[in-house]
Amino acid sequence: MAEYHNILTQVQVRGPAEMGLDEKGLVAKERGVEPRFSSILGYVGNAQLGPIHLGMFGTIAFFLGTAWFFLTGIGMLQSVDWSWQALWRDLWWISLDPPGEEYGLGFPPIWEGGLYLIASTCLLIAVLSWWIRSYLRANELGMGKHVCWAFAAAIWLFLVIGLFRPVAMGTWSEMVPYGIFPHLDWTNYLSLNHGNLFYNPFHALSIVFLYGSALLFAMHGATILATSRMGGDRELEQIYDRGTASERAALFWRWTMGFNASMEGIHRWAWWFAILCPITGGIGILLTGTVVDDWFSWAVLHGFAVEGGLYNGPS
Amino acid sequence: MALLSFEKKYRVPGGTLIGRDLFDFWVGPFYVGFFGVSTIFFAALGSIMIFWGAAQQGVWNPWLISIEPPPLEYGLKMAPMNDGGLWQVITLCAIGAFGSWMLRQVEITRKLGMDYHIPFAFSFAIFAYVSLVVIRPVLMGAWAHGFPYGIFSHLDWVSYTGYQYGNFHYNPIHMLAIACFFTTTMLLALHGSLILSAANPEKGEDAKTPDHEDTYFRDFIGYSIGTLGIHRIGLFVALSAGWWSGICIIISGPSWLMPDGESWIEWWDWWPNFFTFASIGG
Repeated sequence: MAEYHNILTQVQVRGPAEMGLDEKGLVAKERGVEPRFSSILGYVGNAQLGPIHLGMFGTIAFFLGTAWFFLTGIGMLQSVDWSWQALWRDLWWISLDPPGEEYGLGFPPIWEGGLYLIASTCLLIAVLSWWIRSYLRANELGMGKHVCWAFAAAIWLFLVIGLFRPVAMGTWSEMVPYGIFPHLDWTNYLSLNHGNLFYNPFHALSIVFLYGSALLFAMHGATILATSRMGGDRELEQIYDRGTASERAALFWRWTMGFNASMEGIHRWAWWFAILCPITGGIGILLTGTVVDDWFSWAVLHGFAVEGGLYNGPS
Repeated sequence: MALLSFEKKYRVPGGTLIGRDLFDFWVGPFYVGFFGVSTIFFAALGSIMIFWGAAQQGVWNPWLISIEPPPLEYGLKMAPMNDGGLWQVITLCAIGAFGSWMLRQVEITRKLGMDYHIPFAFSFAIFAYVSLVVIRPVLMGAWAHGFPYGIFSHLDWVSYTGYQYGNFHYNPIHMLAIACFFTTTMLLALHGSLILSAANPEKGEDAKTPDHEDTYFRDFIGYSIGTLGIHRIGLFVALSAGWWSGICIIISGPSWLMPDGESWIEWWDWWPNFFTFASIGG
């Protein structure tokens, strides 16, 4: 019994490129990059790549993001004595590092963290410019600003780690090194230096929302694909005028777990789960080392951990 | 009866895998079916076992209740009830309950004339659990390597097991799994946002269409994957997160993969050795 499961698009229809709506007659001329088609992308989703509306803030973000990338590379090269071979050999281990603790919140010499602070400033402005774009593009089309606010939640975590917490701790040395293993080591030592981050309740919440988001997208993605034969992927149309795809999708979960969202409501669940991951995570990081120095002792004090730990290897 | 306005016409017999029409009924909003009965059986038995274990230990603080796996000396044998046997029974109950839940999803899928993506997706979550408490312990020769059932004790297990291998962040498959978790969360935020922003436009604006969605994302990042594609990629990345999580812990431990004392930090030694820059110092 061969059935079509809608895993990949089997027949790709190719017409003229969609150049995008221009209801106010202002943006069409600002769109750049000649659209191209990729049949590999077309197996999964739309084959069309481009056009893009870069605009002033997109241009700023692009140049400063690129600047951050190359400044990081220059810092890495400097750390291996300007050897290109060593750059590739040590690529996973090397980084552009924040200033040492002795400089506090001051500006250090260029090779002792100065370059790092310049690169960080580039990255900060690039990210904020990209965020402004998320607002302006939605505004142009008269749409809600949900992407903008969701992006702001991610920026909150970014600012906590790179700006608010270092300022609260009184030193730029608390910032994250720009390197592959070094940023993982930073994560590791943050946990070790503050008594195991697993006992930070906001970290726990953040992980719940991270795993919850994966669960929700698996549930939602699977539900839509499973009803795509009835047009389940036409979500906006189903929101405005409910059809049998929405009804079956809702009843599936009602019959399975006694509760269902609506076609619109599932996207509200999705939005809140996804944005609460960086929001709670940011709160957890901001409290670490500033308000609470040792999460394990804090947990013992509040009765959800015991001295010596609950598990110390297979007995 | 908790019926939605359109629900009655969908409540038809059929689609069961086992038991014909014997369990083909609803209780309130819940569909029952043979696998509803087996889910309740395993879930109730397992939960009672956890409470019994808590009573035996005299621990009633919900954060601290912990059911430990058997000690190493029992290897892969059954252990006495108060020395890890409870953990073994609870594990069996959990697998029975999860498997029943998946098969119940198959029955509901058939009843509603849908395709099987949901139970297929759920099987990846079951795999991730089974990889921790069955596959890896069996490969390592003792149930003792499973994780304890407790809210904070299982986190202690994660800490302990991670540092057993130096630093688990250096496990390349762990990296991949985390990248998938972060990516699927970002994609979920973007997808949820896009639908909400089209269905809830600025005051005075008409409700928006998929053309607005495509235009927004092409303007924003130069590519819009489309209404069908976002669900394919979201599901794929979410399932990849579960799949690689299972693989990353299975490859940490079995002696034929990781000789004693080896850490994931040292695993990367092949990389600099791969580059035969014999003349470079340092």
